[in-house]
Amino acid sequence: MTGSLVVARLLIGEAARRRLLLALLLLTLVVIALTVWGFSRINELTPSGQPISEAQRRTIASQLLILVMFMFSWVISLASVFVAAPAISGELESGIAAAVLARPISRLEYVVGKWLGLLALILAYGIGAGVVEIVAVNVVVGYLPPRPLEFLAFVVGEGVVLLTLALALSTRMSGMVGGVIAAILFGIAWMGGIIGGVGAALGNQTITHVGTATKLILPTDGLWRGAVWSLEPAVIIAANTQLGPAVAANPFFAAEPPPAAYVVWAVAWIAAVLVLAVWSFRSREI
Amino acid sequence: MASAPAIRAEHITKRYGRIVALSDLSLDVASGVFGFLGPNGAGKTTAIKVLLGLTRPTSGGGAILGEGFGTKAALRRIGYLPELFRYQSWLAAREVLALHCELAGIERARWSAEIDRILAIVGLADRGASRVGTFSKGMQQRLGLGVALLGDPQVVLLDEPTSALDPVGRHDVREIIRALRERGAVVFLNSHLLTEVEQVCDSVAIVDRGKVVAQGTLADLLRTSSVRIRASGLTREGRAALARFGELDDAADGAILIRGIEMEGIPDAVASAVASGARVYAVEPQHESLEERFLRLLGQ
Repeated sequence: MTGSLVVARLLIGEAARRRLLLALLLLTLVVIALTVWGFSRINELTPSGQPISEAQRRTIASQLLILVMFMFSWVISLASVFVAAPAISGELESGIAAAVLARPISRLEYVVGKWLGLLALILAYGIGAGVVEIVAVNVVVGYLPPRPLEFLAFVVGEGVVLLTLALALSTRMSGMVGGVIAAILFGIAWMGGIIGGVGAALGNQTITHVGTATKLILPTDGLWRGAVWSLEPAVIIAANTQLGPAVAANPFFAAEPPPAAYVVWAVAWIAAVLVLAVWSFRSREI
Repeated sequence: MASAPAIRAEHITKRYGRIVALSDLSLDVASGVFGFLGPNGAGKTTAIKVLLGLTRPTSGGGAILGEGFGTKAALRRIGYLPELFRYQSWLAAREVLALHCELAGIERARWSAEIDRILAIVGLADRGASRVGTFSKGMQQRLGLGVALLGDPQVVLLDEPTSALDPVGRHDVREIIRALRERGAVVFLNSHLLTEVEQVCDSVAIVDRGKVVAQGTLADLLRTSSVRIRASGLTREGRAALARFGELDDAADGAILIRGIEMEGIPDAVASAVASGARVYAVEPQHESLEERFLRLLGQ
């Protein structure tokens, strides 16, 4: 599989040379700086003329962090889509792929190489930016979410699901078309999760099944629920659970982590779509 | 498989829906420079892509150096310049060549010397550090040619190698192709430029709408030709003597054109003109004869 490593290295090199990484890094640092400034204002809140209590501060910080990380998960997801969607189709259209594939490198190595390169980019960006944000919030307001490592795994997992989907689409359609389709599916999956939650809140089985089905077809929203859960202090879970089934409709809350079987499903889904991408590219005319 | 021809294609047909890109193509190329000649859209690029395994034939098959199309064993010994020559624009020319050294499995210790050698051959010695994105089309095609020559491949597939080049560049490419032949490589040259093919190819196939309409050595294909003779004092008897060699025609500049003359007949025709008392100033075998042959074949 040395061919895969060459392709992966080339993809990472391109992202660096084309200043994609630099742009993402700078924009993310700006966003992190802004949110950290926002967090720093929590300490100055005086709702009834009194400084807020430690418990209040932690509650506000946890909810605010969930909102910020929700935005972060969208950035990771959409960045994954738009970097992966032209990864193969762009090279086919320009003709770069023809010169590379005329070398002793199999289609399997080529697709897996692209996937590994994209994976490395998403891991570096997701873990890097996530850690900086969590550490910065901890420094400013002294709040650390209960399960930061699980959070990073879930949120980066969302990105990996979408980059794999967009890469599979890239073997057959142009970057623009594949990117739009993957982004729309991501949006639908998110809506499906909320709709399923509404079904659970109303006790409607059919609507709940719709939500479950979307979580299985594209496991992004299910992983996001895991990410939210990882950010919630026990006191928030307890308080929200008392509100009854209605909280299931809240996309910023999860009463429990996704079952282990679901995580296994998400990993199997990624592997299956990658296999599909290889099969699709193998049978494609260059 | 020492006896296997360098390139063998057997009854290859390629259809895209209802369009027939290649129809029952059979070829044997043992050595030298093979010209695959045809108008735009004749199926030349499809043929090269089939040979490389980039495209799968609808039916038929074949081998390169005894190995199946698109197998790693075959691809290790092939250099390829695509018709659409595009290389990573964010890389420097040297880096593109290093990438292909790596993909081709060339020993890392040899890369630097090999890249220097290739850059010199294709005339980019002073631009190795420049990014490909800053290259003109002609320079990109030179780089593509360099990529195809890396590691001295035994078979070199060139798809319209001079399409972006100026006359100097075309001359350079002809020299490169001759050098390849001298070191024993087999060159498969796709082209619609007849003079290019005529000047470097040992054998030729003419393809039209996916079908090979003529195939053979250049000498076979061009057995009948034409010659322009510029002479003064040509008598009626002299003209009659020349007319025995072919169909006579008067060119606008006063020269005489003998059409359909065999190449070996030209010295005899000149001798008979001289014997009749004419003074011969120039004898020009006609290079557009391949074009005439080509047009006649395509017109059929």
